[in-house]
Amino acid sequence: MIKAGIIVFPGTNCDRDAEFALKMAGFNVEYIWHDFENVKKYELLFIPGGFSYGDYLRAGALAKFSPIMKEVEKYVEEDRGLVLGICNGFQILTEAELLKGALTKNKSLKFICRDVDVKVINKKTPFSKYIKKEVLTIPIAHAEGNYYIENYDYLKERNLIAFEYLNNPNGSIGNIAGIYNEKFNVLGMMPHPERNSVKTLGNGDGLHILMSIRRSLENE
Amino acid sequence: MNNLYLELGLKDFEYEKIKKDLNREPNELEVYMYSAQWSEHCGYKHSKELLKKLPKNIENENAGYVMIDDYAVVFKVESHNHPSAVEPYQGAATGIGGIVRDVLAMGARPVALLDSLRFGINIKSKNIFEGVVSGISGYGNSIGVPTVAGETYFDESYNTNPLVNVMCVGLAKKDELASSKANNAEKLYVYVGSKTGRDGIHGASFASKELSGKDDRPSVQVGDPFSEKNLIEATLEILKLKGVLACQDMGAAGILSSSSEMSFKGNLGCELYMDKVPLREENMKPWEILLSESQERMLFLVEPGEEKEIEKIAKKYFLDYAVIGKTIEGENIRILKEGKVLSEMPISSLVDAPSMYRPTEEPLYIKEIKNKKFELDIDLKTAFYKIISNINIVNKSWIFEQYDYKVGTNTLITPGKADASVVWIKDTNKGIAITIDGNGLYSYIDPYEGSKNIVFEAARNLVSVGAKPLGITDNMNFGNPEDDMVMWQFEKSIEGLSEACKNLNIPVTGGNVSFYNESENMAILPTPVIGMVGEIAIDKMMDMTFKNVTDKVYLIGKVELNKKKIGGSIYQRILSNFIGGEIDKVDPELELKLYEAIWDLIENEVVNSVHDVFKGGLTVAVLESALNGGKGFKGNLGNSLEELFGENQSRFILTVPAEKTKVLEDILKSKNIAFKNIGEVMPDDYGFDLGFDKFDFDELKDIYFNSIQKYMEE
Repeated sequence: MIKAGIIVFPGTNCDRDAEFALKMAGFNVEYIWHDFENVKKYELLFIPGGFSYGDYLRAGALAKFSPIMKEVEKYVEEDRGLVLGICNGFQILTEAELLKGALTKNKSLKFICRDVDVKVINKKTPFSKYIKKEVLTIPIAHAEGNYYIENYDYLKERNLIAFEYLNNPNGSIGNIAGIYNEKFNVLGMMPHPERNSVKTLGNGDGLHILMSIRRSLENE
Repeated sequence: MNNLYLELGLKDFEYEKIKKDLNREPNELEVYMYSAQWSEHCGYKHSKELLKKLPKNIENENAGYVMIDDYAVVFKVESHNHPSAVEPYQGAATGIGGIVRDVLAMGARPVALLDSLRFGINIKSKNIFEGVVSGISGYGNSIGVPTVAGETYFDESYNTNPLVNVMCVGLAKKDELASSKANNAEKLYVYVGSKTGRDGIHGASFASKELSGKDDRPSVQVGDPFSEKNLIEATLEILKLKGVLACQDMGAAGILSSSSEMSFKGNLGCELYMDKVPLREENMKPWEILLSESQERMLFLVEPGEEKEIEKIAKKYFLDYAVIGKTIEGENIRILKEGKVLSEMPISSLVDAPSMYRPTEEPLYIKEIKNKKFELDIDLKTAFYKIISNINIVNKSWIFEQYDYKVGTNTLITPGKADASVVWIKDTNKGIAITIDGNGLYSYIDPYEGSKNIVFEAARNLVSVGAKPLGITDNMNFGNPEDDMVMWQFEKSIEGLSEACKNLNIPVTGGNVSFYNESENMAILPTPVIGMVGEIAIDKMMDMTFKNVTDKVYLIGKVELNKKKIGGSIYQRILSNFIGGEIDKVDPELELKLYEAIWDLIENEVVNSVHDVFKGGLTVAVLESALNGGKGFKGNLGNSLEELFGENQSRFILTVPAEKTKVLEDILKSKNIAFKNIGEVMPDDYGFDLGFDKFDFDELKDIYFNSIQKYMEE
């Protein structure tokens, strides 16, 4: 079984949701507390949503200084597996500069919770290559999900855009909902695939992403 | 000492009683202690006699519960009205924090929040509204508990005194439930949470008087959701330790009330050490430490020796920790600082505030208002637009989309889609159906029948999704109880709630009383708010949205409107600020019959939607089902304001596929339930043909979904 580690910071609140969804997708799941310093044994690191360290100062700004994030940097550098950051996880990854750009306040200046449709843009990464659908319905829930990058063309040219909103809910540049790093071993996205991982909770679209990750890791 | 007790809100006769209980003059510290414990907020002076009338299933705990399979569903509602009037964001945020800790103290993981909000309609109220919603959003979202349902109502009677009632639902296995009762002497009181500061001192007494309109801000607490989230995880871990005996959150009157009440419940005394409490500020006086309402603090009673384990958990979650006292034999509370006794007195006196109940007579306004007649010369079309664009009627997504209603991945019916929300109990095929409701117009016209109606209305909400009601929690929001009119409204309201619960055979598991909701000499509409939970099988859930074009729409229950019993109908308030007439009475027998029929229809998959007809009457019910389902409608809803918008009880609208109308009618006939085919579901581009006139779909959709946004931008 593929081993997934869920990184839990004080203030993380989607850890249990991630566990449920990853198990549904067939992963072996463990929690990793923020002061733990060994992540090598996991093939997937999942950084869930929430308000790490209270998100004081700026979303994700404090978490990047935690011991575990140093390990995550090494993990990405050494290409030991895949890293998936959802919502606050995405914010942390941009703060830690493992992903480009920044997540700023929603255009409405308000928290938004609703289901959104996202289009799968790059279909050739380990995170996406087994997704059969063009458009996925996935819930968002954030106040700071307005993605911004000065050099939008950089993402475009290198095919680093993972998902785009069909109806932009937060003002993101180019309707961006999720992006990859240059090595395609890190994905950060604002929508929560773990919140729509079974039919009981919607149409189960979120599971396609998690299943693609698992199958890619299995077939490596 | 002479005037201190008066300044702190104690009455002369109360001071005399204190002297008698103590057999001496109280010292300064003791006057502070009594003023907090004997405040209306802590002491329930005007209500405790009457609250005995409610059918309760559990006494003296932080929150009550009902069972679904092996799970205890713990739930309670609480108000934070006065703090929200003064500091809307923090008032609402700390309201969430407080009720979450009540549920947490029972050993339950909080799994859902609900809010019942009432605001005025002036400019100031708009700011309060915006602040309260962002406070709930800011705090509730951060702690990872979804806000799954709620209701919001605007009326001038709440112009300076909003109502912010928040309800929390938690889940625990029965053997995980914790108690707040101390059971043995020489056990340690362990403090876990944020440090104690001067914030919220006198919050309890503040809640027990009318707002002055001057600067009331120092009494409002400040919340830190990050600490609360850590406190939730820490508490659930601590309660798993064997040596942890009891637990209570530090709410109103902080350390004093939590420790004294825990000890009192076990017929024990206690010692508290003022030099051991973790403090945020310097030079805090003992009374400030005892009464501080700093947020995010819990008190545990533990076996000596176990405190080291607790310390480890507290550290892991960045929380302060200290042994601040112990239980002792006897019945005294002893306050010490550096070994010196500052106060010693019987707890029984401190926690048993004198009852101030008095019988009252029906106030004059009741008869007057009954005979008032709503008369208005207005054409139906103009009235229609006025009513359906009113902020009380339109969709509330502007509010609930600011709340994370999905965190926890258990929300199976999300806000706005049905009359109740459903939260999944994940390792079962059951869900908790939840709703919260109130109606100040009804309760003002007839506190007894009005309050009864609200309980049944909550039940109808649950039944509409297919759930069976299990219990309620009540939040009684009233004016100044020293006023005879208010006292009478309160008493009748309690009697109405009690009767309704007996009819439905469900308990009141707990609740809250909030008096003194008035300012500028105007009492609010008496507003009991009912939170109800029920049980549902998750493969048999129903919502209110129209689904298939050509489905037939039926009205069942009281199909012919009794025009003499439409007092309290919101359209009258909207069109000419009118309140009066007679409200419709609940017929419990008919209600129960209707519930049985609806459960049957859902169970056997006869119907495609169920919606209870409430605020705004038949027209609003049809529009809600159609617009939320993205469908049009063709039919006849009547030709007068009364028929279109009048409110009677015991009415539901259902949709049924054309080929199943006979099955539906046969079932209803066999149960002796009246029904009427009022129209059929049409495609959205057809729009609405309501009989008296036609309307464009996109126009109504825009009004329904965007009016609150527009109101906020005005």
